[in-house]
Amino acid sequence: MTTPTKHERRIVIRPPLSLAGTTRDENRKLIREWWAELDAAGEEGRPVANVFVMGSMAEILRTFDMPIAFPEMTSLQTAVRGRSLEFITTAEDAGYSPDICGYVKADIGVHLQGGDHPMGHLPEPSLVVATNLCNTYIKWAEIWERMYDCPVFVFDIPGWRGSGFETKRGSGTFRDDVRYVEAQVRELIALTEEVTGKKFDIDRFRENLAQVNELSRLFREVLELNQHRPAPFNALTEGINLMGIVNAYRGSPKGTRFLEIAKAEFAERAARGVGAVPDERFRLLLVGTACYSNFRDFAGLFEDWQGVFPHSDYMSFAGGALDRGVHYDLDRPIESMAEQMVLTTQEAMGGMFWGQDWLTEVVREWSIDGIVFHGVKSCRTVSTGLPDEREWLLRRRDIPGLFIQSDLVDPRLWSAAQLKNRIDAFFESLESRRAAGARR
Amino acid sequence: MISVDTVESIVEEARTLVEDPSYPAARRWLEDHPEGKVLGHFQVYFPEELAHAAGMLPLKIAGFDTTLQIRKADAHLAAFVCSIARSALELVMSGTLDILDMFVFPPICDVARHSCAVWARNFEDIDSQILYLPHNAASPAAVPYLTGEYRRILREIEEVASTRVTDGALRASIELFNENRRLIRELYRIKRETPWLLSAVEAYLLTRAAGAMPREEHNLLLQRALAALETRDGKPQDKIRVVFSGGFCEQPPLDLISVIQDACYIVDDDFMVGLRWIVSDVTADGTDPIEALADAYLNRSDYSPVQHDPRKPKEEMLLRKVREAGAEAVIIAAAKMCEPGLEEQVGYGQALYEAGIPHLVMEFEEKTTTFEQTRMEVETFAESLLFEFA
Repeated sequence: MTTPTKHERRIVIRPPLSLAGTTRDENRKLIREWWAELDAAGEEGRPVANVFVMGSMAEILRTFDMPIAFPEMTSLQTAVRGRSLEFITTAEDAGYSPDICGYVKADIGVHLQGGDHPMGHLPEPSLVVATNLCNTYIKWAEIWERMYDCPVFVFDIPGWRGSGFETKRGSGTFRDDVRYVEAQVRELIALTEEVTGKKFDIDRFRENLAQVNELSRLFREVLELNQHRPAPFNALTEGINLMGIVNAYRGSPKGTRFLEIAKAEFAERAARGVGAVPDERFRLLLVGTACYSNFRDFAGLFEDWQGVFPHSDYMSFAGGALDRGVHYDLDRPIESMAEQMVLTTQEAMGGMFWGQDWLTEVVREWSIDGIVFHGVKSCRTVSTGLPDEREWLLRRRDIPGLFIQSDLVDPRLWSAAQLKNRIDAFFESLESRRAAGARR
Repeated sequence: MISVDTVESIVEEARTLVEDPSYPAARRWLEDHPEGKVLGHFQVYFPEELAHAAGMLPLKIAGFDTTLQIRKADAHLAAFVCSIARSALELVMSGTLDILDMFVFPPICDVARHSCAVWARNFEDIDSQILYLPHNAASPAAVPYLTGEYRRILREIEEVASTRVTDGALRASIELFNENRRLIRELYRIKRETPWLLSAVEAYLLTRAAGAMPREEHNLLLQRALAALETRDGKPQDKIRVVFSGGFCEQPPLDLISVIQDACYIVDDDFMVGLRWIVSDVTADGTDPIEALADAYLNRSDYSPVQHDPRKPKEEMLLRKVREAGAEAVIIAAAKMCEPGLEEQVGYGQALYEAGIPHLVMEFEEKTTTFEQTRMEVETFAESLLFEFA
């Protein structure tokens, strides 16, 4: 292998970046504020909503000043802090199978231990909104329903329908889908009025929608900055910080401001030629999620080869489709929310199941060398068809891909040697491919 | 000489259809209908009337046991996926089931939704569709939405079958399937009330054959079976009466059902739930037949772990099933790697515990081949109840 190791790379001394660390500092501040709000709501007995990143309905819930808990984020945090296993085993001791989602078990374990989380205290939900975008959301919601006897609203957004399906604005199917979703927007508003005892304020709602329009615009601009070579941020690692804030603060001016800060910092890096990974050699696209219980090690397996992830499908589906371009019409807010939900969901979720076209586009526009498909036992939503997608893209579009498996949050499923062998072999094949291309 | 039907002989007829992964009855139907088209679907629920009214043959693909070796499908799916998704894919990839023109997936789990894309990428000759059954089942907007979604899938069916479906044809198909549901309900009544006359394996084979043959023929098969049952003799045995829960999608191996019935009467279950999802006749006279089917799916239907309907809390539904079947215990099973089934086990277990109903938790896989451990567990469970006061 001719690649220099991380210890051998040349050291380049550059003038300091004036905005270095600003995104990370703002992220830390906002995450602490978010936890403080949940803690305070729990202590004061104010209603809290449990929601999920894909279809959080924050636009509606924020209208009622309802603090929003994202169990996917709080489960992820237990893993990054090295505590997920104790919560997972607590849930397994209570009867939950080793073969179900680790996020669910990490969260249920926290609840079974009285709500004490490494970063704060998880309040009891007063309302749960679960979209169908991940079927496990619904099962997860039913567990809280049993634990806390809280209302569960299953927000159903019909998705990609199969062979030859396209979302066509004027079609009968689109109209049927929008009508169904719009009715549910109104049902959820009525239910939230009941839970909070507050009247729905359509002007507040409009303000939230306007913030999401802006958030979406900025999010796309931030992602586009990573088309720059070297990529100014790593979607695998720094991407997590972005996703946390755009979810927790969706519809809030704080979320929008955060992306302005991130955009400025990443733009400065791009202008100065500073990459997220020193001496970037390989540009990768992550399909699936990272392994958060071994997050540093996971990232290191790619960084050791100077591989960076300028994009990931996680930045798409876990961002509530912000990358697809959300354009709410503020003159007809409820109707427009329903339309945008259908449009962006079918695009983003279609991209997850029927992902080859979107992935091909990203490969081209972000100058990707290869795709890393990471299947995780915890999440059949993102993992089920990945081997097939990999094989199809290689065979039909000559896009190289690697399929590996571990988990989101369960360290028992981490196999360092096996992963390293496969990842090293993939980089070697990318190098051979590059050399062969140069010879031609 | 006129041969006399016995329950045993009719069950063997059903067995030959159910245990043959090449779907011989469907092939015979194609010989008689050379231009005929075949629509496969996962069995959890699909309104087969829509396909039947278009002249297509609907088939329930419920995976397969060890008679089908998985050679190709594993390379296309992640490791942590249930067996039915693999075996259904293998059926087609291996060429064993090479008669499908269309396949419809329900949106019941993420594996099913992904499978649609896997099929669409690999089988360009099969129209692979997701029928988006509503997850917000209690919404007043659900019936109008589902009516529209049924119309969409019907348009796909019409295109594949090169035909137009009339309301009259739909009503006739609804009546045929109403008859089928009535016959299956009668079969289940006999199993529930006199389980010594009809074993769980027999009832299972007779029911499951519906998905492997034209429904007109299955109605005749059930009529013959019910007639034969009228003259069947049998004596009650000292066995505990159990409800089996967990067979709503992937089916347990026949040998597993057999092991359980050796120690217990399975007086109710959720095997092949799609055949019994609609619990009373669909009345389409004078109404829009598609809307009638949509209404029946949502408002006159059973329950399962893959539908959240606040009007049908699952634990309460299970407790009701136990009461109505006169069962004294429950076997809470789940297919290995089946996220919804496995997650339901805890809630069911807690509800049964609180109601004082004994239960045994187990996992199965359609490809399981050894059952000694299960036999020991079931026998121990049954004996602990039979000799509780000894």
